Amino acid sequence: MADMGEGGGGGGHDKGKKRAKKSSTRVDMTPMVDLAFLLLTFFVLTATFSKPKVMSMVYPAKPDPLDLTKPPKINNAITFLITEGDTLFYYTGQYYSVPTGDKPATVLEETNFGPNGVRKLLADLNKSVLIGKEGLDKQLENKEIQDSTYLRKLIDLKKEREALKVLIKTDDKATTKNFIDLVDELKIAEIGVIAPVDILASELELLKSKIK
Amino acid sequence: MPKIKIPKSSPSIDMTPMVDLAFLLVTFFMLSSTLKSPEPVEVDYPTSISDHIIPKNVIMITIDKGGRVFFDISNAEARKELLANMGTKYKIKFNEEQFKKFSFMSTFGCTMQELPQYIDMESGARKAFNTKGIPLDSLNNQLKDWIFYGNIAALNTGKTNYEEAKLSGEEPEMNDFKPKFILRVDGKAVYVHAQNVINVFRDLKLNNLNFVTSMEMAPL
Repeated sequence: MADMGEGGGGGGHDKGKKRAKKSSTRVDMTPMVDLAFLLLTFFVLTATFSKPKVMSMVYPAKPDPLDLTKPPKINNAITFLITEGDTLFYYTGQYYSVPTGDKPATVLEETNFGPNGVRKLLADLNKSVLIGKEGLDKQLENKEIQDSTYLRKLIDLKKEREALKVLIKTDDKATTKNFIDLVDELKIAEIGVIAPVDILASELELLKSKIK
Repeated sequence: MPKIKIPKSSPSIDMTPMVDLAFLLVTFFMLSSTLKSPEPVEVDYPTSISDHIIPKNVIMITIDKGGRVFFDISNAEARKELLANMGTKYKIKFNEEQFKKFSFMSTFGCTMQELPQYIDMESGARKAFNTKGIPLDSLNNQLKDWIFYGNIAALNTGKTNYEEAKLSGEEPEMNDFKPKFILRVDGKAVYVHAQNVINVFRDLKLNNLNFVTSMEMAPL
């Protein structure tokens, strides 16, 4: 049926008619495919997906030796002391190496980098900001305030008296990973004032006695 | 007994869809991957939830696991100006070829005295170059000079870029063209090493720094 036009025979009797040699239309693609997969493997293995990001950090300016005004008193502060490993120590409020007036000497509390450690602690202490932020988020979602207003209000909120301020001190064994992890936790807890400061000698001793 | 005949199917399968997909993926990965310029130091970043990308006009300080300090500045024009200033300060002469090579170099960590030799090396050999990093102790604080002159050079090129963008009819923000300071610190490096470098920045009244981190998911 298909070769009706070829001479009407249908029986396959070729009467010397020349036929163009039929070569297969299929090309062997195996080498090409091999190469394609080789390249694919190479690029998959060398590709770096996540580009590194940056985390901004503002350090306190070095005090001017000629400036004799006392540094402002910080309300509602917590100080973290980082050392090696997963544990870190903290105390709230002012530091007293010896009992002063009606205040006892500072005692270090222990916590860790787990979700039940420092994250929970910060969420509790910084509740006013977190609640305030939730309200602002809702206002933004309902289009009651603009983006720029939202950002401005958030910054103001983090500077409020009730907002938690954090000081970070490190000993000579703390790794950068520990430091960044802590700063990361602070950013998660929406803390606006983060100040890495030098550790005092008496604090270092207190920390050492705690580790032993 | 008659043999059971297994129906013979053609052993060749149509591979076209598979090949199509393979080439599609090859194309995707080829276009999406950017070739990394060879760096003399490997750094493992710590992780954070921050999602800010690295800005354009930067001065980048790298601190490796052992606390060696490396310096890099992104803009090629600024690099030339910086090298000229540093050459005059340390009384080291660089030739035209070295200026050109320096402007395309990646991050480096050697003393000013070793620098001409380092620039002349092949880029592949630089990784093996034995160096203690850029010195930053108080007697020989070369890092401070690198940052100080680097900041000036990057400010100048940032300014010209800003003027160009303004002329081409855009509305640029001056802030985007100012140099930013990036710290690339290995997560395992002791923080004291980073602190030493940060103190150099703070001595120069540059208090706004950025840490390079790889991203992790924010907790919900």
